Amino acid sequence: MSLAELSTLPLGTTASILGLTTETVLEQRLQALGFRVGKQISVIRKAWLGGPLHVRIGTTEVIMRRNDARSIQVQPH
Amino acid sequence: MTNSINCNKCNPDGSPLLDVSTTAGLKQIAVVGMPNTGKSTFFNRFTGANASIGNWPGITVDLLVAKIKLGIQETQVVDLPGIYDLRGFSEDEEVVRQFLEHNAVHLIIIILNTTQLDRQISLALQLKHLGLPALLLLNMADEAPKFGVQIDPQQIAHHLGMPVLPISAKYGQGYAQARNLIALELSRQAEPILAGKIDQNLVSDPEFAAEMSALLQDGFHVSDAFKNTLTTKLDRVLLHPVFGLPIFFGLMYLLFQIVYTVGKPLQDGLNLLVEWFKNIAIEPALSFLPKFPHDLLIDGIYGGMATVAAFIPVIWVFFICMAIVEDSGYLSRSAYLMDAFMERLGLDGRSFVMSLMGFGCNVPAIMGLRVMRSPGLRLLSMLVIPFSLCSARLNVFIFMTTALFSARVAPLVLFSLYLFSFVAAILTAFIFKGKYPNQEPLILELPPYRFPTFKQMMLRAWSETKHFLRFSWRFIIFGVVAIWLCNNLPTNVEPASAGTISGAIGQALQPILRPIGINPKLSVALIFGFIAKEIVLGGLAIIYATDQDVGLAGALAREIDWVQAYSFMLFTLLYVPCLSTVAVIKAESKSTKFAMLGVVWSLALAWIASFIFYQGARALGF
Repeated sequence: MSLAELSTLPLGTTASILGLTTETVLEQRLQALGFRVGKQISVIRKAWLGGPLHVRIGTTEVIMRRNDARSIQVQPH
Repeated sequence: MTNSINCNKCNPDGSPLLDVSTTAGLKQIAVVGMPNTGKSTFFNRFTGANASIGNWPGITVDLLVAKIKLGIQETQVVDLPGIYDLRGFSEDEEVVRQFLEHNAVHLIIIILNTTQLDRQISLALQLKHLGLPALLLLNMADEAPKFGVQIDPQQIAHHLGMPVLPISAKYGQGYAQARNLIALELSRQAEPILAGKIDQNLVSDPEFAAEMSALLQDGFHVSDAFKNTLTTKLDRVLLHPVFGLPIFFGLMYLLFQIVYTVGKPLQDGLNLLVEWFKNIAIEPALSFLPKFPHDLLIDGIYGGMATVAAFIPVIWVFFICMAIVEDSGYLSRSAYLMDAFMERLGLDGRSFVMSLMGFGCNVPAIMGLRVMRSPGLRLLSMLVIPFSLCSARLNVFIFMTTALFSARVAPLVLFSLYLFSFVAAILTAFIFKGKYPNQEPLILELPPYRFPTFKQMMLRAWSETKHFLRFSWRFIIFGVVAIWLCNNLPTNVEPASAGTISGAIGQALQPILRPIGINPKLSVALIFGFIAKEIVLGGLAIIYATDQDVGLAGALAREIDWVQAYSFMLFTLLYVPCLSTVAVIKAESKSTKFAMLGVVWSLALAWIASFIFYQGARALGF
């Protein structure tokens, strides 16, 4: 598979982060939570009705809105 | 506020304050860490939980500070808010930056979560670049094996150039060594150091990433054993697409029941105690006084103290339960479950939990909002929660519905009031979400499920109760006394009668209140209700000076019809949250203006709702 947005990554697939195209505020928060280029990421579950994603990155699990996940480019494995 | 260094005024340019470092050899420690690392648990253990609140040069928010003795060294320890990034843009991150740029310290204690060191180490690296004396405590080290995490403290210390020690602040492992290490490092640091301009001292991103991966390569290892933990299994059930929400509502119902079935008897018991003490001690001691000062002291001041005291049991039980919900990690999960709905209201799932809890009592629910760090989110939630139909209002409504409606209709009337409560909350969120936008993206950590220790729960309940008492007692007692005076001045007429100040206010408000069916007597009851909504009933009893045979219910049924009664209940539901709620809104928002906005908005909404109902019902011929 080729380049994708995190929001479209299928459940259970692992991917590598290629880049973050966010404003600085969000980018710094994401970096501090472990979202850095090259890191492995997977989507564990998605909430109903367009709710948030449950994402695992390294040893950290976070929830984030799909809108924010759109700005994270990943390379699925 | 004995421990505060209150020097905002003498230090207009924000330059370092010399008196901080020269106060009789007092040394300064600042505790820094990421959120969810057990930083507060460590701080409480380290300082013996006797922290107070202080003001600091360069920053506007209050910080927790405690004075302790390390050996013979007098030390002042400041707990800085949990942050992710020294360059970050959140309010908390700004606070930490300002603190470090304006306040010289002898030592920084960095607290990070051992299992998440792979990303959290960035904060320690940033602090290293500031050149401040620091040591790193790797907390929750007891959890590391469960997640397949292995660390090498020596290697990490080598890379960071500062001492590193694994500990468990919750269970106390490694704590004694940590204390010794802190004392040792502190004794080596004679002069306090001030961070320079923080932005200029941090290195570029690529350089930083290289340092970080070199450190992790040598000091941090994680195996795949982590993948299927108890947390993963629990999440499969608790965040289940179908069962997740029903379980959530079930748990919330249970929590609500616990808080208010345990809290209510405690509250009643305390009321009895307060009453008993009044009868055996206060009344006899003041019996020599003339009637007016006697009643002022007893009904006004002692009554005000009783109002404050009545909240203590509920706050206590509430925060014991909140400690469980929050520390267990379930509160963050509620955000996941409810976000699809709450996002549209400009709120998140945690505000939803607090609003639900507000149906018991608004006061602790508003205090509980402090877990949310975004100011916009907290303020918006503070406007919404007072519309939750709390148990005090429920008392009034049960009484009035049974007095004025048939047994068949009464439950429906009550249900409709709950409906109005929800509608008012949702409407308020919609109207104000533009004014209080939530600036921070919803990116929340889901920590592994944990259970707080008994000590953690007690500490939480105790510190929240202290917080409530510290910030709210003056406001509440002042309010109770003011309303008592309105009802009892001048002294030559019957209390709460048309001749008193309250009576005059009731009369003066008639042009506004007559269109919603509220007569002067009911208006005076609303003035009573400002103290606490259940007092509306007591107020009505005094105002209607009921004769014993009909009682208040009969007197009400004689004087007002059901349309007036419903309009009055609608108004009671929505108008001005009680005095204690206003007091905590003022304390939590740190803004009298904001508290006033809450009061004015609720009055406006109450009037509009009652107006539409009353005039509509009359127009339809009822």
